[in-house]
Amino acid sequence: MTRRLLALLAIAAMAACSCNGGIPQATVTVFAASSLKPAFDKIGARLLTTSNIVPTLSYAGTQTLLSQLMQGAPADVFASADAAQMTTAQNARLLSGQSRIFAHNKLEIAVARGNPKGIRSLADLSRPGLVVVLADPSVPAGKYAAQALKNAGVAVHPASLEQQVTGVLSKIALGEADAGIVYVSDIATSGQVDGVTIPDAQNVIGDYPIAILSSTQNRAEAETFMNLVLSADGQAILKAAGFEGA
Amino acid sequence: MIRARIPPAIGILAGVGLLLFLLPLAGLIVRAPWNQALGELTDPTTTTALGLSLFCSLTATAIAMVLGIPLAIVLARTHGTLRNLLRALTTLPMVLPPVVGGVALLLAFGRRGIAGSLLYQAFGIQIPFTTAAAVMAETFVAMPFLVIAVEAGLRSLDHRYEEAARALGANQWTVLARVTLPLLRPAIFSGAVLCWARALGEFGATITFAGNFPGRTQTVPIAVYLALETNPDAAITLSLILLVVSLAILVGMRDRWLGAL
Repeated sequence: MTRRLLALLAIAAMAACSCNGGIPQATVTVFAASSLKPAFDKIGARLLTTSNIVPTLSYAGTQTLLSQLMQGAPADVFASADAAQMTTAQNARLLSGQSRIFAHNKLEIAVARGNPKGIRSLADLSRPGLVVVLADPSVPAGKYAAQALKNAGVAVHPASLEQQVTGVLSKIALGEADAGIVYVSDIATSGQVDGVTIPDAQNVIGDYPIAILSSTQNRAEAETFMNLVLSADGQAILKAAGFEGA
Repeated sequence: MIRARIPPAIGILAGVGLLLFLLPLAGLIVRAPWNQALGELTDPTTTTALGLSLFCSLTATAIAMVLGIPLAIVLARTHGTLRNLLRALTTLPMVLPPVVGGVALLLAFGRRGIAGSLLYQAFGIQIPFTTAAAVMAETFVAMPFLVIAVEAGLRSLDHRYEEAARALGANQWTVLARVTLPLLRPAIFSGAVLCWARALGEFGATITFAGNFPGRTQTVPIAVYLALETNPDAAITLSLILLVVSLAILVGMRDRWLGAL
């Protein structure tokens, strides 16, 4: 019994240390908007291969991340899906230095594969009997969707206002909703839904700012991550994931 | 009555355990925007969510009683492997993460779900995103609490009363309605209260299966979650309301449900 306990403790100690040949590893914790997941997972993997920095990526709705940061969550880098939320962070003195825009994202209508309902435009979303799901207006994607619908002069009666843009996507992928408004990048990387383009005159372009947090304990690593995102390499990954470059 | 002495170590550990419950409560109470509380309380978002929460949780409890009491009776009267299997099935929602429960409900009762697709094709009825979906999600998560309480009550029942009634010529239904159920009243009551409290606090399954829309599926816990990100003061006030309601119920019913469990 005691021996088993000792063995367990030894394993726990090894796991806790997670040393790599005795060299302490550098880490960087990144809080990123959930729409960034496909691109930032790849950028994180790139960081791991080009440096000895181990990234910890935490994804959630931008406003969730912001409220976590406000409550003192420890992180080094914040990548927001909305300039307004970054300004809030700036005003709360959460940032170290200036934020920089690293990508743009446009909206697109997400529909089931093969577009069985024949949706061609935002105006089609007001069709009766169509189950439309949007992101909640407190989420950047929901705020932009409301603007786009206003630009198009369309009134939609959504069945649900999801807390995250990924919630919109999954309801359509599961077939419970007929259409929703999400980011171009969401459709590019989901593989489970089709997209219907929204013309530029109606579309809203979201800015994605990134910044180093004032509470960072890993400034050099945070700078390395941010530079990678802004580098040609990082921008290529973002473009492949459906974003527009900085 | 002579009180048994409590060893100091047990007392200290119990105190730490109690603090784990007390400190979050204290946090809510200390940080509550008392001067705004009344304003938040009369805010349409709050009142709508509160009304919907009460309606959904009470309906869920009623359904849980109609379906859960028979289930408990069946459970109490079966034995062996079958009973173990039935009990594992009925208590599954208690151990399942509620979000997983919500996904499972979608896959069963959604438009493309195994049961929901029949409903949709035959009648054009879609359950997700409706108040009915919120009620179903709450029933799914909360009913096990009622089933377990009633089953425990049935097992500790003195069956001689039922036998006596039968010997005096009462048929099955009369025994159930006039003897068994009245004897079970404390267990049913405590089970229903626990079930209702759980339904009132339900979040994960509801948001996954029913979505979020004010007045239709946005119950208080969902409103709290949303408000936390845009208006933390409103979230704290809403949490306090939920807390006061739940605490009042639990304190008020303490003797009854302690007695029955």
